[in-house]
Amino acid sequence: MKRIALLGMPNTGKSTFFNRLTGSVTRVGNWPGITVELLDARILLGTEMVEVVDLPGIYNLHGYSEDEQVVRRFLEHNAVNLLAVVANAAQLDRQLSLVLQLKELGLPMVLMLNMMDEAKRLGIEVEQEKLEKALGVPVIPLSAKHGQGFPWAKSMLEKSLQGSEARTANPSAFTHDEELEHTLEKLVNEVVHTPIQLAPTLTCRIDRTLLHSWLGLPIFLLSMYLLFEAVYTVGTPLQNGVAWLLGLAKQQLIEPALAGTSPVIQSFLLEGVYNGVGTVLSFLPIIVLFFLFMGVVEDSGYLSRAAFLMDAFMGRLGLDGRSFVMQLMGFGCNVPALMGTRVMRSRGLRLLTMLIIPFSLCSARLQVFVFLTTAVFSPRTAPFVLFSLYVMSFFAAFLTALLYRRRLPNSEPLLLELPPYRLPTPRQMLHRGWHEATHFVRDAGGFILLGVVAVWFLTHYPFNAQPAGVDTLAGQIAGWMSPLFAPLGIDNLMSIALLFGFVAKEVVVGALAVIYGANQGALAGIIATHLTWIDAYSFMLFVLIYTPCLSTIAVMKQESKSWMFTALAIAWPLTLAWLVSFTFYQVATRLAA
Amino acid sequence: MTLEQLPVGHKARIASLEGDESLRARMFALGLRAGREVAVIRRARLGGPLQIRIGSTDLMLRRSEARLIRLEQEAKGDHTTSAAG
Repeated sequence: MKRIALLGMPNTGKSTFFNRLTGSVTRVGNWPGITVELLDARILLGTEMVEVVDLPGIYNLHGYSEDEQVVRRFLEHNAVNLLAVVANAAQLDRQLSLVLQLKELGLPMVLMLNMMDEAKRLGIEVEQEKLEKALGVPVIPLSAKHGQGFPWAKSMLEKSLQGSEARTANPSAFTHDEELEHTLEKLVNEVVHTPIQLAPTLTCRIDRTLLHSWLGLPIFLLSMYLLFEAVYTVGTPLQNGVAWLLGLAKQQLIEPALAGTSPVIQSFLLEGVYNGVGTVLSFLPIIVLFFLFMGVVEDSGYLSRAAFLMDAFMGRLGLDGRSFVMQLMGFGCNVPALMGTRVMRSRGLRLLTMLIIPFSLCSARLQVFVFLTTAVFSPRTAPFVLFSLYVMSFFAAFLTALLYRRRLPNSEPLLLELPPYRLPTPRQMLHRGWHEATHFVRDAGGFILLGVVAVWFLTHYPFNAQPAGVDTLAGQIAGWMSPLFAPLGIDNLMSIALLFGFVAKEVVVGALAVIYGANQGALAGIIATHLTWIDAYSFMLFVLIYTPCLSTIAVMKQESKSWMFTALAIAWPLTLAWLVSFTFYQVATRLAA
Repeated sequence: MTLEQLPVGHKARIASLEGDESLRARMFALGLRAGREVAVIRRARLGGPLQIRIGSTDLMLRRSEARLIRLEQEAKGDHTTSAAG
């Protein structure tokens, strides 16, 4: 099969072009010579099936960033028939440098000048025929977003493929070439005509407000808050809807079907397997919505502005402004926030950000804290207790960044483009949300299911014991662990609840009800008599800091592709949780005595 | 003089780039190269990054990187730069 490699700089609309070219029949594939997955699709071009591979956006063929190496290795190890290069017509003065480097590869090429509409608005003119002659490749102006010029581009790809043969790249093109600089200067002067003084564009005017030295940050925090509200105002009813459907299916279909089987099998299938499936599905609405809204922030160009605003502070922690956006997103749900770190190119920066996100007090943990604070504290103190947990959440994140910034160094200098503001297209956002959701189910789903079943087994075996009681495996483990948890004021029953909390924080309150043999209404009273405020606060500190949930771990693995890192992301929060709870409990009990 | 010292709203021509090979390659790819005119649009507070403009492209970079960009004698104090302030 013939193969087209799609190339270009970041922010050129390359992915939009890819989506338009391939529809939604994409898959994620592994390729010889490289470790990351690339998106590819098979499409019918003319009368032939052709494979299109979307390579990462790069600035330079000679650079040392991860993406640049991926592109180089791909082209060294995989034969391609044609390079389809996408360039931003509005920035051709610098984008042509990549085009010239790619020409050196010695492969047939079609150059697409995207965002012609934007270039025209800026008063930039490109002499297409002159450029075609100078480069010796077909040049096609288009707007991938709105579709103008797209049919022409498609037929040109088809034409260029005819009679072509697949080849690997000429490796000498990968070494730096000083000559290129002069060629570039000359070429730009000949074919690109830029107005001498650009009229104050809309972007400049928006920037004056959004990047204002005093107003910028409050506006950014406010828009993050609104975004967040939007995700959860729409998402929570959807999540409840999914839960309702799952409950209905359980009641109407599965329970009757299992009526004749033994209680152990029923419990295994319903509380183990079915709950596991439910855990996976309940995340889907939030993931889709999160990426819809994230798409707005990212495609509009606001994300790099956020980096600009927050960098002075986050830079000192070894992070950058984008880490802060993801950390804030984590206060809704850690899972999509972890997936969102993919915009970061430096692996060290990305892993460090992934390490701090789980400390964000997510909505699931909030449920536990609201329940416990109202049960144990007076209505007047409860809000302050809750607020202190939010402060603790930031403290744990920033402390972690400070401790690990040397081990996970941010290798890339912050040298980002601030692209003009753009309106994102709904089609592309939906495509992205759908893609992320299916990715989550496929990669993280099995792992989550397995974990839920494992915890079910621990809390139900031996089957004649009371579920989640002290005689189960979980109870025995809690017994062994009691020397560790007793100094934190967490007794055996409470530590079984922590084991449940490993699956998902939403189930902690339910688990406590099962453990104390009470319904959830009466539970508050029982907790209030069992726990002092010091016990309760120590327990909440532990719940806040230790591993948030199985789904977070599964995504940690999915995104980092490293078991070592995933192990660190479990072990470090556990250690920190223990240290913080221990310090608090010991100091508080001494002071209270 | 380096780019870090160029006041907001002023323009100057780049004389040379310092720093290691990979950083210079990246700067080059983003349009930062000797002979081109660069303007400082704004600076983030508290030692934060700079927003600069080259041709029609806006970039942000940290002050530590801006220090690596040497400028020719400042061209002119320019008050027509559209987004100054």
